[in-house]
Amino acid sequence: MARAPLIRLTQSGLYCEAGGFYIDPWRGVERAVITHAHSDHARRGSEAYLCAQSGVGVLRHRIGAGANIRGLPFGESFSMNGVNVSLHPAGHILGSAQVRVEHAGEVLVVSGDYKTTPDAACETFEPVPCHTFITESTFALPHYRWRPPEEVFGEIDAWWRANQRQGRTSVLFAYSLGKAQRVLAGVDASIGPIGVHGSVEPFLPLYRAEGIRLPDAVKVTPESLPDLKGRGLVVTPGSVQNTTWLQKLGPSSLAFASGWMAVRGARRRQALDRGFVLSDHADWAGLLDAIEATGAGRIGVTHGYSDTFVRYLREERALDAFVVPTRFSGEAATAKDEVEEGES
Amino acid sequence: MKAFCRLFSVLDESNRTNDKIAAMRDYFESTPAGAASWALFFLTGKRLPALVKSKALRGWAAQLSGLPDWLVDESYAQVGDLAETVALILPEPEDAPLVALPLDEFIRNHLLPLRDWDTPMQFPFVREAWAGLDQRGRFVYNKLITGAFRVGVSRRLVVRALAELASVEPAVMEHRLMGNWQPSPEAFARLLSEDEGEANPARPYPFYLASPLEGGAEALGDIADWQAEWKWDGIRAQLIRRSGLVILWSRGEDIVSERFPEITREAARLPEGAVLDGEILCWRDDAPLPFNVLQTRIGRKKLTPKILEEAPAVFLAYDCLEVEGQDIRDLPLSRRRELLELLLPEGYAVDADRAILLGERLQAESWSALAELRAQSRSRGVEGLMLKRLASPYQAGRVKGDWWKWKIDPFFIDAVMIYAQAGHGRRAGLHTDYTFAVWDGEDLVPIAKAYSGLTDEEIRRLDNWIKQHTRERHGPVRIVEPQQVFELHFEGLARSTRHRSGLAVRFPRIARWRTDKQPREADTLEGVQALLEQPQQ
Repeated sequence: MARAPLIRLTQSGLYCEAGGFYIDPWRGVERAVITHAHSDHARRGSEAYLCAQSGVGVLRHRIGAGANIRGLPFGESFSMNGVNVSLHPAGHILGSAQVRVEHAGEVLVVSGDYKTTPDAACETFEPVPCHTFITESTFALPHYRWRPPEEVFGEIDAWWRANQRQGRTSVLFAYSLGKAQRVLAGVDASIGPIGVHGSVEPFLPLYRAEGIRLPDAVKVTPESLPDLKGRGLVVTPGSVQNTTWLQKLGPSSLAFASGWMAVRGARRRQALDRGFVLSDHADWAGLLDAIEATGAGRIGVTHGYSDTFVRYLREERALDAFVVPTRFSGEAATAKDEVEEGES
Repeated sequence: MKAFCRLFSVLDESNRTNDKIAAMRDYFESTPAGAASWALFFLTGKRLPALVKSKALRGWAAQLSGLPDWLVDESYAQVGDLAETVALILPEPEDAPLVALPLDEFIRNHLLPLRDWDTPMQFPFVREAWAGLDQRGRFVYNKLITGAFRVGVSRRLVVRALAELASVEPAVMEHRLMGNWQPSPEAFARLLSEDEGEANPARPYPFYLASPLEGGAEALGDIADWQAEWKWDGIRAQLIRRSGLVILWSRGEDIVSERFPEITREAARLPEGAVLDGEILCWRDDAPLPFNVLQTRIGRKKLTPKILEEAPAVFLAYDCLEVEGQDIRDLPLSRRRELLELLLPEGYAVDADRAILLGERLQAESWSALAELRAQSRSRGVEGLMLKRLASPYQAGRVKGDWWKWKIDPFFIDAVMIYAQAGHGRRAGLHTDYTFAVWDGEDLVPIAKAYSGLTDEEIRRLDNWIKQHTRERHGPVRIVEPQQVFELHFEGLARSTRHRSGLAVRFPRIARWRTDKQPREADTLEGVQALLEQPQQ
């Protein structure tokens, strides 16, 4: 007789019935295990939250000071109704975790969002052997191929320097949680002053408290503005496009750091001067490597080009792959769409 | 190749005019003339014919990247550009030695030889080129071999950059660039430092283009300062009589001398060293024939006596740019008109044998009297009036202020077809539903959908073209290469938040297929928006 599935999809999201908990539930539940603090994964309203120890600070900032959050160090096990749960670095943002669920000899891993390329502002992805692997697929098409991050940061530094020579402020659109800190940790801070938008700034002390080294960065205010204008790098979410906030930065060059910038059309559709291909998700090769490293035979695919990726895994890799539907659609494709709700 | 690819990136990515001009100037200054001439060839919108079939390109890319064909198609559907998709999915090269080749050498060794082989034999050439290029180089290469290379820069900016480099006026550089020159180090060197004595006798002057008149003519001041003419519905052309030659250029910079033997024959009787600006029209009984009659002459290489009889062509001259070998473009129009009338002493008293006519100068005492004449435009088979300041020199390109076109119907535009969809019922299987776009900077913005106005014969011809020039398919909709220009007419125009263009048009229809126009000559969104300000008639 077939066993009940260890994890199944419900109205509230992925549910482990044996353990009595949800993973990244879409609405308030009794017990929620959270992969990371982006708002399409971490929702308010649950009674108890479990997340990676290093992610507690950012999660609390996102869902409220009064939330009941318990942190679990990476690799440590926690038992819920006889189901063993442990968290493992996903490399997406600070404290982002893959959730390993073990019950009666069956191991299932929910990846959350992840990337396999290095990031100085968060833990490095670790593959976890399992029977079933639920993977994201935001960039699951073969034309998404990331260059080494140091090359991209070299391009960003060169763009910043060139703007400085022309007296322009360098404005880089990046998600306020994760991408912004990764950019700060990656650029050459000796080039000039760095400013951040008010939605980025609160995360900086939370990152530093977890031992992430970030350069000095000031919140953009009327007082800090004169020093930034014409020479500084300002890291801000793209939602400031066409606002007076942006105009006040004076003559500026606008750029967006995102995996979507790999495609020329996506760059050209927006009024940007530059697009830097920098993603916190795995590229095509990264996804395939991660899947292979788990040794899993069953692959659930969610968040992205699920149908295409499932077909490829079934036909070309002979894996038992299936689609796991989601309410959210992954990384926003335009800088402007990247409001807090659409983050991933 | 490397410098050209870098230039392409700057032009493609930058939104700033000054950055683009600076990048081009730097490139032309630091690049040997052979490579620079090819770069200029592409930057000014000239292109090589497609050397490689796009289907073959897709197949080779799938093979080399080890991906199933359907997955390459999925990527292509997302990227929306085959040349780019291929560049993105090919395995990374070890190194990229071909990037170091000068552009002209690269084209000679790796592009032009593709012409000599059919598809299966082209593969080794293409594979070798891909193996020696980085991702950006592959993208540019793929664009060049599929004949789809478009650079994010207007011809006007290219001219400005070259003019700055050569320290001449843009109009002078525009003139040097006229005619169908071929890339070579000599051609490029001549552009930068020309000895006027050795200029090519066949080379036309840049056309002076009128701007649509917005608002009433009264704003132009005293009517005595203006010359009024009919706005003819023909092909703008320049007739050159120099060094014993007669050359007839169309505005698209094509030599059309052989298409209109009756005009060239008569032009041989003009005095040496004369250049006339005017309009090619089909003409009978002292009146123009409709444009579609003229269309039967365009694109027809072999002229039968029947065609010559049914569609007799004339050159209707309205300006004179050169007399006795002297460039007189700086003289005021009033003086050029006198010289033109001296060249064509028969005036506009037409007799059946004449194929070069003097364009009529309309007489009106007041703007209101002129408006009454203009009201006769439809019945006379003209598009309205031209208003030219008598004191104006003959300028280069579209320079606003001295030449105005005062059309009767405020709502005609030239738009580029971008999508096509098969029709239903009687038109099932034929692509009859078209979406048209106008330019917004370097982008084409959809402005209207139209279903009617073409003849069945034109629909069949267009359907055939669409099937061969589809870039992408989204279900029933084909995205076609933006090459075909159509004149659209519509009755109403209103602002709209529902349309990407910000404009809604009412009852759009196709007036005609402008095979004589290049996509770049289509209207701009700004120009269409300006129609809103114009009073309804």
